[in-house]
Amino acid sequence: MLAMNYRGPYRVRTEQRPMPEIQHPEDAIVRVTRTCICGSDLHLYHGMVPDTRVGSTFGHEFTGVVEEVGSLVQNLKVGDHVLVPFNIACGRCNFCKQGLYGNCHEANTMSTAVGSIFGYSHTAGGFDGGQAEYVRVPYADVGPTVIPKDMDPEDAVMLTDVVPTGYQAAEMAGIKKGDTVVVFGAGPIGIMAARCAWFFGPARVIIIDQLDYRLEFAQNYAKCEAYNFKDYEDPVLFIKKITDWYGADVCIDAVGCEADGNPLQTFTGRTLMMQAGSATALQWAINSVKKGGIVSIVGVYGPPFNMIPAGNILNKGITIRANQASVKRLLPKLIEHVQAGRLNPKDLITHRVPLEEAADAYRLFSSKLDNCIKTVLIPSTKS
Amino acid sequence: MNITNEKFKHIPGWGIDADPENEPTYPMKKYTGDDHKRSDYERADQQKQEILLLKSPERPAISRVFGTTVPPSGLSGAIRRYAFHYSEDKIRHWIPLILADRIQVWEGLLNDLKRGYIPNIVAERGWNIEWKHNPKGMVKKIAIATSLGFLICCTLRKKKK
Repeated sequence: MLAMNYRGPYRVRTEQRPMPEIQHPEDAIVRVTRTCICGSDLHLYHGMVPDTRVGSTFGHEFTGVVEEVGSLVQNLKVGDHVLVPFNIACGRCNFCKQGLYGNCHEANTMSTAVGSIFGYSHTAGGFDGGQAEYVRVPYADVGPTVIPKDMDPEDAVMLTDVVPTGYQAAEMAGIKKGDTVVVFGAGPIGIMAARCAWFFGPARVIIIDQLDYRLEFAQNYAKCEAYNFKDYEDPVLFIKKITDWYGADVCIDAVGCEADGNPLQTFTGRTLMMQAGSATALQWAINSVKKGGIVSIVGVYGPPFNMIPAGNILNKGITIRANQASVKRLLPKLIEHVQAGRLNPKDLITHRVPLEEAADAYRLFSSKLDNCIKTVLIPSTKS
Repeated sequence: MNITNEKFKHIPGWGIDADPENEPTYPMKKYTGDDHKRSDYERADQQKQEILLLKSPERPAISRVFGTTVPPSGLSGAIRRYAFHYSEDKIRHWIPLILADRIQVWEGLLNDLKRGYIPNIVAERGWNIEWKHNPKGMVKKIAIATSLGFLICCTLRKKKK
């Protein structure tokens, strides 16, 4: 089968690889129909995540048709068209039972701090991902969800990560009616977080980025205010100014470890890798939120640590909420939002590329070429 | 602040999920009390282990399922095995893993050549698409890389003299 193959930082190719096999009675083999490149895949592509092994296949956002099931799989049958949450979860451990499907304890031998994610390094479990024609899906009775008949497959693939992560960013932020929400990062997750923030009734949603085309897109899609931080010498001061010198009620970090905007963070985090990437967005979030405000983090940071203003968290009495999205917990509500027409996730997709051209697709997304917001890879075996 | 749905009627779903009873945040966790049972919970069958699997020292045993892609091998594999002697708290765990990642890039190249495959670096790096959409940026990147290379060569030659 054809699969994306990581060869080192900024180097990927697609090539023939062995077909995945059932390795556990609760596994399924899924023929991939659509698979996205996520902004967090770029952290792998850029060599930022430790234990990203050469020869791995990335891809944690995918839909597909069930081709084979293990002997203990009961909820899925061959031929089902499913969307597969990016977290691999057993459904039985204490964390899963409490709804923390992103923190399952029985799918990642290599790390205890990280749950298990398809195609996201050995630090996240060492599973191959969905940027391939076929993929092994463990705990097939838990995560995969049959795509409703009336749902567009492109909406479905966005429900595997982008929508739940964006929604959970807003949910964790504890937004109250009338609040001012500031979202850092106008990538797909940031745009979705800004869009979902409205579900909680704020008065203002503001998005901050450095790319004008993304800000313009966000403004239209998420109906929010959009500002380019490059236009302001001090983005934190600017946010204070536009919030009546009070600070935002909540801030959402939807950037993670590859943020621009602070040369010290960029140099120590991205160039020297002396910290787990550049924490500029988180620093700005902590410093822009009001006293007693909430900072919600969905931007991905690698281990082991980052430079953030911990003293300000204490002195301002900030609540920090963060987690990988618990996709399975959120799916029923989000499917309803999509079916009711309140969310149109597929509108974020700007590029549809054959799986064979994955290397170009990664470069396109990484270099922000051709006004790229979201790329979907389509295997030739999709139908 | 007095907020009404009227003002935001152009935004589908405005306020639909708001719940003022939840303070400070919405619960993500459905508390069951099972945390106090620690690791005494129902588990799936154990996946058969047929490859070398590196286990975090912070776990008593391997997880019931695990990924089997790219088991550790070669010099990078030896470094990874060393890294897994240390907990996730230690820099001695993470730095060797990054080092192993970089070494494995070269091992990957050698393996390609050994099996008679010459990787198309231009295609793998997506330079064609970069050239198509960003020729100016690419020329700039090449110029910077060439200048840096030239400077390093000059410095090394001077040192040799």
